[in-house]
Amino acid sequence: EDEEEDESKEEDNGSQQNRASRRKNYQRKNRDGKKAREEGGQKKDRGKTVPNKDQKESENKEKKTTKRGKEGENKQKKGRKNSTSSASSNSSDEESLSEEELAMLKEQVEQKKKLISTMRNKPWRMVKKLSVLREAQDFVEKFEGALGKGKGKKLYAYKMMMAKKWVKFKRDFENFKTQCIPWEMKIKEVESHFGSSVASYFIFLRWMYGVNLVLFGLIFGLVIIPEVLMGMPYGSLPRKTVPRAEQETAMDFSVLWDFEGYIKYSALFYGYYNNQRTIGWLKYRLPMAYFMVGISVFGYSLMVVIRSMARNANESTADGDDDNFIFSWKMFTSWDYLIGNPETADNKFASITTSFKESIVDEQESNKDENIHLRRFLRVLANVLIICCLCGSGYLIYFVVKRSQTFSKMQNIGWYERNEVEIVMSLLGMFCPPLFETIAALENYHPRIGLKWQLGRIFALFLGNLYTFLLALMDDVNEKLAEEDVVKNITHWTLLGHHNSSAGNDSTVTPPPLDPADVPRGPCWETTVGIEFVRLTVSDIMVTYITILVGDFIRACFVRFVNYCWCWDLEAGFPSYAEFDISGNVLGLVFNQGMIWMGSFYAPGLVGINVLRLLTSMYFQCWAVMSSNVPHARVFKASKSNNFYMGLLLLILFLSLLPVAYTIMSLPPSFDCGPFSGKKRMYDVIQETIELDFPLFVAKIFSYVANPGLIIPAILLMVLTIYYLNAVSKAYQRANTELKKKMQMQREEEKNKRNNKASTNPMLQDLEDLLTPSMKTESPPKHAEDKKIESPSGSSPARKPGRGEALAGSPMAGGRGAALTPLSQVFVTQPRTPGVRAPYPGQPRPWGHPLGPVPGRGRGQPCF
Amino acid sequence: MGNKQTIFTQEQLDAYQDCTFFTRKEILRLFHRYRDLAPQLVPLDYTDKPAVTLPYELIGSMPELKDNPFRQRIAEVFSEHGDGNMTLDDFLDMFSVLSEMAPRDLKAYYAFKIYDFNNDDYICKSDLEKTVNKLTRNELTPEEISLVCEKVIYEADVDNDGKLSLADFQHMIVRAPDFL
Repeated sequence: EDEEEDESKEEDNGSQQNRASRRKNYQRKNRDGKKAREEGGQKKDRGKTVPNKDQKESENKEKKTTKRGKEGENKQKKGRKNSTSSASSNSSDEESLSEEELAMLKEQVEQKKKLISTMRNKPWRMVKKLSVLREAQDFVEKFEGALGKGKGKKLYAYKMMMAKKWVKFKRDFENFKTQCIPWEMKIKEVESHFGSSVASYFIFLRWMYGVNLVLFGLIFGLVIIPEVLMGMPYGSLPRKTVPRAEQETAMDFSVLWDFEGYIKYSALFYGYYNNQRTIGWLKYRLPMAYFMVGISVFGYSLMVVIRSMARNANESTADGDDDNFIFSWKMFTSWDYLIGNPETADNKFASITTSFKESIVDEQESNKDENIHLRRFLRVLANVLIICCLCGSGYLIYFVVKRSQTFSKMQNIGWYERNEVEIVMSLLGMFCPPLFETIAALENYHPRIGLKWQLGRIFALFLGNLYTFLLALMDDVNEKLAEEDVVKNITHWTLLGHHNSSAGNDSTVTPPPLDPADVPRGPCWETTVGIEFVRLTVSDIMVTYITILVGDFIRACFVRFVNYCWCWDLEAGFPSYAEFDISGNVLGLVFNQGMIWMGSFYAPGLVGINVLRLLTSMYFQCWAVMSSNVPHARVFKASKSNNFYMGLLLLILFLSLLPVAYTIMSLPPSFDCGPFSGKKRMYDVIQETIELDFPLFVAKIFSYVANPGLIIPAILLMVLTIYYLNAVSKAYQRANTELKKKMQMQREEEKNKRNNKASTNPMLQDLEDLLTPSMKTESPPKHAEDKKIESPSGSSPARKPGRGEALAGSPMAGGRGAALTPLSQVFVTQPRTPGVRAPYPGQPRPWGHPLGPVPGRGRGQPCF
Repeated sequence: MGNKQTIFTQEQLDAYQDCTFFTRKEILRLFHRYRDLAPQLVPLDYTDKPAVTLPYELIGSMPELKDNPFRQRIAEVFSEHGDGNMTLDDFLDMFSVLSEMAPRDLKAYYAFKIYDFNNDDYICKSDLEKTVNKLTRNELTPEEISLVCEKVIYEADVDNDGKLSLADFQHMIVRAPDFL
């Protein structure tokens, strides 16, 4: 039947063309315009490209007709067209017409090309798509050559060829790119078994891996490898040598495991780098590179996170916050089409049924107040409980940290005292999230929203973790800084003494250099910080993997095999199998990334460790999920934009930027280790580079730019811009909600109207009958005006006139419409505007067309 | 990419890539999935477009569809004669629309067709009842089902004709957060 419709359309168009091909251009424009208007109205909610597409489709149909109707070559066609047109008009404008034709042809070719590129969006059968595609391609190939006739044909052909090559290249590249996406199959497999919420974690993990790979490339390519290849070798400098006292044990595994010994004095840590301005024959400026890479790690991460957040925000057009369609959405979108596992499917069926029942109960309860109050109370209660928990744990952490500071001053402390902070932290991390989950059960949120709450709460808990860690670290650093001053003097005196002693013995011989291992050296707080972060990361990896092994795998094995000889059903009863803990895993990933960001400046090798971690955990967790977890009881779909994860990540990024920026800007670097040794502040390296390596005016410009007089206005300007943009977006939002409200009201009014129609219409008709005789003497436009005035007041400016005129010609038209039939002339001019604005598809109907029981088919998509 | 395959000609592959949301590799993978359903029926050479159709029983047993309550409808909608038996073209069509690259409009159009059980271009009450029953495995009482159907029509029926047209359906579904 689709074909039939097309056929009839074509015939229609064909006859029109034959009748008046002279005015074809004008007509076509007109028709297209109308179509565009109609379709624009019809498909406002289907995205902006659609009307164009359909318009093009219809035009293509037209063109096909021209082609079919006027079989023959391009030239013949042109000639014939010209002749037909000249028959009805002067032959003088033949020239211009042919040019028009050429332009038209060009347009057609362009449209065909567009059709080819949008072919996949058409809801046609493959056979039809293939044939239309071939036809379009033939058309393009046939007429492309003809277009460039005369001037620069060769150039045109060449261009076309290049374009074709370009398309092919792009396609190949696209194919190549999709082949390069790693773990696609693995994630899809997980998705099919556990639903998209679990898969969203793995997709996040993969994204994180990509970001870390880039960071890894930056740091290894620009810092570590140049230093290893071109820098001074190991043992040449004190900072690159293990001190004499440690050399005995430097290769012991227990020492290496603590990242002391040889690892501490390797390129993995800040302290190893030399403060030479340039290294190697490339004159590579390593300190500068180190600083810039440290900054660009943050810059790149910020950029990537924000960019992906913006993209996600664009994609998620609907937040789904309006609850107009509770049942409809439940009915049509609750099935997760990705489920391919009977067990998951069972769960899904059960959850759909319960959710339907819940909604039905909600609906049936006319007095829902009680329920709402209870629920509100429960939610408030849950929040109070959780805040209590958070405060308690915060105080506990504070208390323990205080205590550990007193412990650290004492000698002879036991193992527990030394590790108290860590133990308390892990205990909190272990017991609080399940506790939160239990409390959150009170709230009875949709699992997707519940997940967000859970994530936020655990995030707050972990922040305490972070805070203690940073606090302890800062104490450490301050201590080291104090110690450093002392050591600096000692080093100085030792070197001096060495010189003097050797000089005193034999003044003619230059003193043999002191062995680098014997030089007394400072504590190098930067390396300490780096080691601290690396240790934390590694212990985090261990804890995560062991938790998975014990909590998931061993438990699953136990439940599976001991179930045969146990008093109760283990699988259904208490231990059962573990569910995949989305919130915990996501947060673990986010916090781990925060550690990496903070630590990478002082331990360049940390990113390498993290890349390895992400790689292994991808395989390990995939395996663990598939082997020992069960799908969630309430399988739910992850929203497409995982902006919530990204928001957490951004927050952590910001938080981790702060301490690093602080240490860079306000702490003096160690005097005998690292690329910035000997400078007052780390950022001095930039000034040095500008002064020594750039021409004078650059330094001048830089000093101007760094002037507070310029920076403050710039910041002010930015703030103002933000304010302005914020205001604009708020205004848009308000307009949006206003429109939504309008649509809602309009719908309701429509419904009311429909319900009341039967009763009100006769009355109205009587009224009209009474009024018309007196009104008839008045000028017709008055009525139109009345109507115009009336329609906006009805809050449906777009619909009412359309409806009015539909009623006007219909046999079942009641009251007003019937009385106003003589004025149909006036109405004919009206529908232009409503047609453009109609928010609903299919509103503008042909005038005088009866308001049938059903609006014609294909009105949504005219060209099926 | 250099690997030679003789299942399709280059033109065929290009055309398929133009008509679906798949890359060359995915098309070949899908072909093998199709062939694995019935290796004795499907030839390894598609250059001369053999007219092979696989019965619904085979299509419906695919793991992607096996647990889907609407698998029969899906197969019917995408099959050429509406009987659930599919050619390779139909098969590719189906997966193209169900793939995540397909735009929402296209998905909404086909979703409408899937839920329109009696093919009258409207989702009427009987269609809705069928949908609910399939989704809940007949675990709701008739009263509950009719309530749900009434609510759905009340919510989504914009033009008040007592059934959902494609436009109504699209208007409703593109706003759904879960409709991806």
